[in-house]
Amino acid sequence: MPARLAYDDVVLAAPVTVPYTRYSIRSAHWFLGRAMAGLIAAAKIPKARVDGLAVASFTLAPDTAVGLTQHLGLTLRWLDHIPMGGASGIVSIRRAARAVQTGDAEIVACIAGDTNHTDSFRRNTASFSQFSQDAVYPYGSGGPNASFAFLTDYYMRKYGARREDFGKLCVAQRNNALKNPLALLKKPLTLDQYLNARLVADPLRLFDCVMPCAGAEGFLVMRRATAENLGLRYARLLGAIERHNAFPDDPVQYRGGWTLDRDELYEQAGIAPDDIDFLETYDDYPVINALQFEGLGFCREGDGASFIRANTFEAAGTFPFNTSGGQLSVGQAGAAGGHLGIVEAIRQLTGETLGARVPNARHGLVSGFGMINYDRGICCGAAVLAAA
Amino acid sequence: MPEPAKQPKRKNPVQRTRAPTLPPASRSRVALGLTAAAARGLFELQVCQDCGAVQYPPREVCRACLSHCLVWRLQDGRGELITETVLRAPQELYFRERLPWRVGNIRLDAGVNVIAFVHASVGAAPCRVRIDAALDRAGQAVLIAVPPHGRPDLSDDPKLREMTCDPRSRKILVTDGKSAVGQAAVRALMEAGADHIWIGEAEPWKKDPGFEALRDLPEVMIVPLDVTDGNSVRELAGEIGGKVDILVNTCDCHRTFSIVSRRGVETAQLEMDVNYFGLLRLAQEFAPALKARAADGATNAIAWVNLLSIFALSNYPSHGTYSASKAAAFSLSQALRADLGPAGVRVINVFPGPIDDEWDQLERPPKLSPAAVATAIVDALKRSVEDVYPGDVAQDWLARHLANPKALERELSEGAQ
Repeated sequence: MPARLAYDDVVLAAPVTVPYTRYSIRSAHWFLGRAMAGLIAAAKIPKARVDGLAVASFTLAPDTAVGLTQHLGLTLRWLDHIPMGGASGIVSIRRAARAVQTGDAEIVACIAGDTNHTDSFRRNTASFSQFSQDAVYPYGSGGPNASFAFLTDYYMRKYGARREDFGKLCVAQRNNALKNPLALLKKPLTLDQYLNARLVADPLRLFDCVMPCAGAEGFLVMRRATAENLGLRYARLLGAIERHNAFPDDPVQYRGGWTLDRDELYEQAGIAPDDIDFLETYDDYPVINALQFEGLGFCREGDGASFIRANTFEAAGTFPFNTSGGQLSVGQAGAAGGHLGIVEAIRQLTGETLGARVPNARHGLVSGFGMINYDRGICCGAAVLAAA
Repeated sequence: MPEPAKQPKRKNPVQRTRAPTLPPASRSRVALGLTAAAARGLFELQVCQDCGAVQYPPREVCRACLSHCLVWRLQDGRGELITETVLRAPQELYFRERLPWRVGNIRLDAGVNVIAFVHASVGAAPCRVRIDAALDRAGQAVLIAVPPHGRPDLSDDPKLREMTCDPRSRKILVTDGKSAVGQAAVRALMEAGADHIWIGEAEPWKKDPGFEALRDLPEVMIVPLDVTDGNSVRELAGEIGGKVDILVNTCDCHRTFSIVSRRGVETAQLEMDVNYFGLLRLAQEFAPALKARAADGATNAIAWVNLLSIFALSNYPSHGTYSASKAAAFSLSQALRADLGPAGVRVINVFPGPIDDEWDQLERPPKLSPAAVATAIVDALKRSVEDVYPGDVAQDWLARHLANPKALERELSEGAQ
């Protein structure tokens, strides 16, 4: 197979978060519109300078990226709608990077956002996918709680991981979130509280489960020269991978698609896992973090628990991780959950952090995971970003 | 092992009768193949005709070779429960009202994963299980993991009991006790633990020793019911409609003639009046009451059974008018099912082959004893099905009907010569 083309001087800039709320009476268009306005303001450019748009949202229906283009009054020469849930952010980067490299677009806005009405999460899960509607939702297990309960139960038995291990990650993330003014979950969390919280879907308890909310995230993708002309701080894109429906014959998902592509990711980026200064995972449930530690080469398959025991995960810890608090402590604004880590990574690498800062961060790894179409997450992705 | 269900306590009459909630009923069209099999008590999955790969969840194209030739085939359901959970905070009201739910992820030996409810008698994961299909309260197929050997009673699991219409502890109306099938049904239901049975009697002047013997059973009450008389049906519904949990319509009028061997329409009218209009009158008077009590605690209104005939599927010319009346009743039962379904009240159709009685005298064996029909009715209620075809002849006709309805029509017309 031919080697992957390098991303050359593709950069990410203008990290924007539309503050999250647990529930909102607004539509997804409002949150995506605020994200776009935030990008324009952050980059100090007129709206017309944005000539490419990549959108991810679960609650935009009946619209797609097309409807949003007219809604926001944009005139574009490059447009993409990325329906890949928590992998949408990474996939947006990959699509947008190639567009600006080839000259198909100059400045691509990558935005993701969702609203959350009081009953919209239930309605979204009821019709999430055909397989889910036919073979999951009728068992009361629609939505990710049950799916991740299966993964967690299996992973714990297969590899001897304990609840304390997952709890350590959740507590560390909460400590990071306490410094992030935009995090929704701002009460300190102790390991005891984590371990003794009410059961939701055994073995998952309350603090294992991400909280759905409304909000949006966005960033701009362009060439380095464009960013420098605009006077923007930026993070460089060194490498990026995606993989869909990896290991379909595994009886349960105990590894993700990262495993297949991580060697090429590091080769493309020209660095090794040891060079990574911080990691932003997709973390709607703690078990999936362990799969990312393993899949992205920070430890061997099955060693996630001992890796957790051997490290500390606050921004100043031995393995800085989900430095904004991650979805588990910031909230999951639908499809924006996959953009949260990217936006945080840009902030860390450009020195624009809102909260906890990783000392001397040069390289950040961001990972995406999305779409429990039936019994497992289908879409995986990861990107290596570097400080200018 | 779970404890068998006990006689539920009497409902506090001051309490509100709850409105029924249902599990999610939306399915893609292709997934309804699972329901079609489950309605007959079968667990079928799609199998690729080109490469043999078993498929799940239901789909349009083979996951292995992309062939579009997928056919539903019976499965042995054997596999391993690899992981499980207990749902304590599901989103749908139906599940929230019945917490908690044990759900598992099962790897079938056939090579696919299924999400299924796990019967309480199954051990902790990982362990061997067998997958059965059942109909949930919405009438759609769901899968249930049971121990690999034997056939556990769904009623022994308090959650899965919801998938059945177990006659245990129920109050039941059997609409006609004068027929041999009606009498056998009363005895079988009593044996299955029915709490109380009303037995309809249309013609008090017609003495029948089998019927008289029913009077001696405990918890039985003979009630006047003539389904050809709207007033009679209305009066009885007014009296007991709000108490009936299961209605078993055994009313059946069967006169055996090809349509040209007897002049006039009077006999055919009588068959229609009992078999078709009788069902319509019962439906109009009793269905609203059953719907209103569909969520009335542990002894809610739960099922409606129609005694149809395998002749309803395709006309048997030597029983031409009877076949037509049963076909009409079958059609009406589908409308009744659509009406009662949203309340969660199941309509069960029983399609027996020829029964060993006066009117099937000239039919050759194998014929069904009335007791066998009654057993089929009780079995249908205890299991989780909505269409049953008791007896070898019914099974044979059904297989021929499903394979090629036109061929069956020709074969039956030859038999009439």
